[in-house]
Amino acid sequence: MTTPRTPEPSFTGDTASPLLEVVDLHVEFHTKAGVAQAINGLNVTLNAGETLAILGESGSGKSVTAQTIMGILDMPPGHIAGGEIRYRGEDLLTMKPEKRRKLRGVSISMIFQDALSALNPVLPVGWQIAEMFRVHQGMNRKLARQKSIAMMQRVGIPAAEERVGDFPHQFSGGMRQRIMIAMAIALDPDVLIADEPTTALDVTVQAQVMRLLKELQVENNMGLILITHDLGVVADVADKIAVMYAGQVMEVSDVYEIYAQPAHPYTEGLLNSVPRIDGQDERLNAISGLPPSLTDMPSGCPFHPRCPYATDLCSAERPGLLPVVAEHTSACHYREEIYNGTRQPREEAQA
Amino acid sequence: MTGYIIRRMLQFIPVVIAATLIVYAMVFLMPGDPIRALSGDRPMSPQVLETLREQYNLNDPFLVQYAKYMWGVFTAGDFGTTFQGRPVLDIIQQGLPITVTLALVALSFQIVIGVIAGVLAAVYKDSFLDRMVQVSLVIVVAVPTLAIGFLLQLTFGLNLEWFPIAGTREGLVSYVLPGITLGAVSTGIVARMLRSELVEALQSDYVRTATAKGMRRSRVVVRHGLRNSLIPVVTFLGADLATMLGGTVVVETIFNLTGLGGQIFRSIQAQENTVVVGIVTLFVLFYVVLNLVVDLLYAAIDPRIRYD
Repeated sequence: MTTPRTPEPSFTGDTASPLLEVVDLHVEFHTKAGVAQAINGLNVTLNAGETLAILGESGSGKSVTAQTIMGILDMPPGHIAGGEIRYRGEDLLTMKPEKRRKLRGVSISMIFQDALSALNPVLPVGWQIAEMFRVHQGMNRKLARQKSIAMMQRVGIPAAEERVGDFPHQFSGGMRQRIMIAMAIALDPDVLIADEPTTALDVTVQAQVMRLLKELQVENNMGLILITHDLGVVADVADKIAVMYAGQVMEVSDVYEIYAQPAHPYTEGLLNSVPRIDGQDERLNAISGLPPSLTDMPSGCPFHPRCPYATDLCSAERPGLLPVVAEHTSACHYREEIYNGTRQPREEAQA
Repeated sequence: MTGYIIRRMLQFIPVVIAATLIVYAMVFLMPGDPIRALSGDRPMSPQVLETLREQYNLNDPFLVQYAKYMWGVFTAGDFGTTFQGRPVLDIIQQGLPITVTLALVALSFQIVIGVIAGVLAAVYKDSFLDRMVQVSLVIVVAVPTLAIGFLLQLTFGLNLEWFPIAGTREGLVSYVLPGITLGAVSTGIVARMLRSELVEALQSDYVRTATAKGMRRSRVVVRHGLRNSLIPVVTFLGADLATMLGGTVVVETIFNLTGLGGQIFRSIQAQENTVVVGIVTLFVLFYVVLNLVVDLLYAAIDPRIRYD
């Protein structure tokens, strides 16, 4: 079932441009401890119908990226220090606030990690879904309710008709996340940002929710940004992966290629740190050291203090995100050697 | 739900007994003889004295007096008569509308001003407006009701002549200054309470969701944030409405209103014990019922609360 697409008079963008394009984004947080540079020159592109996974550990800036694109970053303490976020060629950051508000939830929509806290506890779930139709399409109460029930059925909530008046706490975790999804896709958005959508769920439910997201994406030809730290989830659903570290994109590649041939030492380290069921190694290969403090970024490449291949060049100069082969970019001075597996780690790093 | 209400009503019984017993004891153990006071300076014959004492059950032991009185109240709605022979119920019926009007005016003032000030302070947190609201609230809470009353009378009554300063002759307008005086302190508390609750709610995940849904800021604050912040405010207002009945004693005296609060004050002075006990009993009943209403309101505001 595809809902007929209602025209959105609020936006007429350039269809030749990529759906969403983040260019050299800088986001800072002004804290008592100093200025934390959460995002340092981030570049990603998303096309219609494409799933881009943003992969990174805690504090790498994944969620801040999502919130900045959505325009829901708390400012202050957050502050966008530079860059552009172009939706169909138009910069969201310089757009009039009212115009941007009308895009939120309509053209660009978001799913949060913890549906229990992300849904309003004192409002019925049906009301929360219906609010999208009522506010953005001026639909009357009765019709909006019918649409909510249809949306709940679409995301696989059993007995949707009876449950439309229930409250979030009366649903299970998986069902709550489905309601969150129903709300986000209610108006058939072009871009859906899912911020760790399955982290709070049981493993079996995780798979169901991911499958649902994938299905909806294909059906509506949405661009999906999947923010996660879970390499397994990424491998299943993503087309393209952007690996983030310390607020920067380290590597962008096709999902199959990145698993087979990473072109950045950080990605390589991440892949090596996945426990293998057939592994002969007794110890898990963790990346040594800790991510840098955002208030005190290392010079040059942010990964160099932990990188087994680092040289003086790495601490002096920050590498750009440059192509290795077609559709595969890496921000490493030695990307080609890493990609080809010809670069040897430093001796002290081997020990 | 019905079961819950019945259980709560059963709990009223010990509360009402204990509260009225204390009041009864305090009033009847007061020094002085009300019957002698009736005749003033003129001597009263022992026979008359004795008859009157018998008529008002004053010769019975304290607990018997109490039991007879409460029996009358709850079986026949008989709150007794004054020593002048006027039914206390009559006095209550006359004063009740005035006190209720006063309390409602004060409550509306608390809700309207308190909620508006609280919401503005929360939405524009840390701004000049927020600071102004906070400072004025501290002042209002710190200054005694008595002083606020006189200040309002002087400024808006005598100097500006906007509102009447005493009596109820001019209808609802007469209640403006007394209402503000009675509600002032609580208005400050409501605003501060709501501000801190709303500031917290506005940082919550579900408010962020509402923003991400493309809702206007006003809708986000009112529909999504405010509702969750109202629960403690409703609790406070419920308890406060009862406390306010005590406040009416002072305010009705300042503004010369002939409500129940002022009546208590005059009756204590005149040693009209039946009137004091009657009105206080009514206040106690009012208080317990109000508490139940507040508890039921929670469930209406927050669906996670269920009584069964």
